[in-house]
Amino acid sequence: MGLPLAYALARSRSRLRPLIEAVVSLPLVLPPTVIGFYLLLAFSDSTALGRFLIGRLGMSLNFTFGGILIGSLVYSLPFMVQPLQAGFQQLPRSLTEAAYTLGKSRLTTLWRVLLPNMKPALLNGIVLTFAHTLGEFGVVLMIGGSLPGRTRVASIAIYDEVQSLHYAQANAYAFTLLAVAFVILVALYWFTKKDAARRLA
Amino acid sequence: MIDFHLTKALHTAAGPRKLDVRLTLAPGELLAISGPSGAGKTTLLRLLAGLSRPDSGFLQVDGQEWYSHERKHWLPPQRRPLGFVFQDYALFPNMTVRENLAFAAAGQPNPRQLEAGLLSLLELTELAERRPVALSGGQQQRVALARALARRPRLLLLDEPLAALDGPSRQRLQQALADIHREFNLTTLLISHDPAEIARLAHRVVELDLGRVRRVGAPEPPAGALVQGRVEAVLPGGLLRVRLAGSTALVEVPAPVGSTPVPGDELALMLAVVSVPQLAC
Repeated sequence: MGLPLAYALARSRSRLRPLIEAVVSLPLVLPPTVIGFYLLLAFSDSTALGRFLIGRLGMSLNFTFGGILIGSLVYSLPFMVQPLQAGFQQLPRSLTEAAYTLGKSRLTTLWRVLLPNMKPALLNGIVLTFAHTLGEFGVVLMIGGSLPGRTRVASIAIYDEVQSLHYAQANAYAFTLLAVAFVILVALYWFTKKDAARRLA
Repeated sequence: MIDFHLTKALHTAAGPRKLDVRLTLAPGELLAISGPSGAGKTTLLRLLAGLSRPDSGFLQVDGQEWYSHERKHWLPPQRRPLGFVFQDYALFPNMTVRENLAFAAAGQPNPRQLEAGLLSLLELTELAERRPVALSGGQQQRVALARALARRPRLLLLDEPLAALDGPSRQRLQQALADIHREFNLTTLLISHDPAEIARLAHRVVELDLGRVRRVGAPEPPAGALVQGRVEAVLPGGLLRVRLAGSTALVEVPAPVGSTPVPGDELALMLAVVSVPQLAC
């Protein structure tokens, strides 16, 4: 989702660009509960969009895993789009043009030339998005509620356990989350470093 | 045969101007474009390559229509068989020299053979497994040239390919350009500011200024650079041994493009060694 959007934004010279950039970046500024609240409204049967989703597509998104997924996606979008957009803009325009004059399509150019040359931006976006989604709380709580076994995510489970004074259980959840996040981040940064070293060799 | 008339609005330091150029190139011609910065040289090349859209006019290459304002026809750059060498070389940093060529040669008949041929023609075989960051400017420029040729273009567009190079690698690349032109006989447009370079490589030169053609004609060698000589012998490999007028000195030079002098012919030469290097390189 982030990739085509970032590509379009980086290449666009449209007058609407600032507007779209602002919409994508809104979750950076607003409290997560605001996003969650409006998504909750949008998915419910009191709005046109919600009625369309439920009636036509049979998608009832509130308090389901799908709803959480979409909520997290909207909320984490700027963390993916912004590094990628910066990455695209940093690449010299002549790289794209050189590929075009060699007869390469836009897609081939994106896949074989642009993306391989912006790996740091790509990894940065993945790390930020991942980290942010893992720690996501407000949007998920608003849309998903906290239904055990269905929409209860780790961060909310911890909060619930602490509220009920089950510190041992909270600690188990929290420590697992910490360990998983740490391992994945270390792996990603290690990979970035190795890649940079290989590039200079 | 290339025939075009292209116009495009230019934004120059002197305010808005209109680029308006009408030219016809004979097959195999090497045309140099020179002029001050902001004259529209690079814009003209980009219009020919399809990297920018002209405001009006037409462009025909070997009887094929690449652009026509009247018929609202515009061929995207991907479908124009041309080679473009960029000022900043624009090599793909994620690929080795060989991979850069292979990427360009993909889809051509016998891509491997083509690739190997170009590597050896431009003396890149030794460097084939290196990435562009590990190459000097001159080496990168030779890779860019090889990559442009790997598509088997019908038209070669060179945007100041020699501007960023110093003395020896400049000489070497000039030689490479002359060799390539002899070998492939490609219609070529070359942007250059160096009169000696233009005189050595080009059949004709177009001087652009503020978007207009100031002069089209034979290249003028820089004053005082000409030396008379007489051909002593024709050597294998397209070389001539020439005795310089008024001395006993003999020099060996490549035969001029498109003609074969015989012993006894009088020639005008431009000698190109500019300084004596301290170290052999």
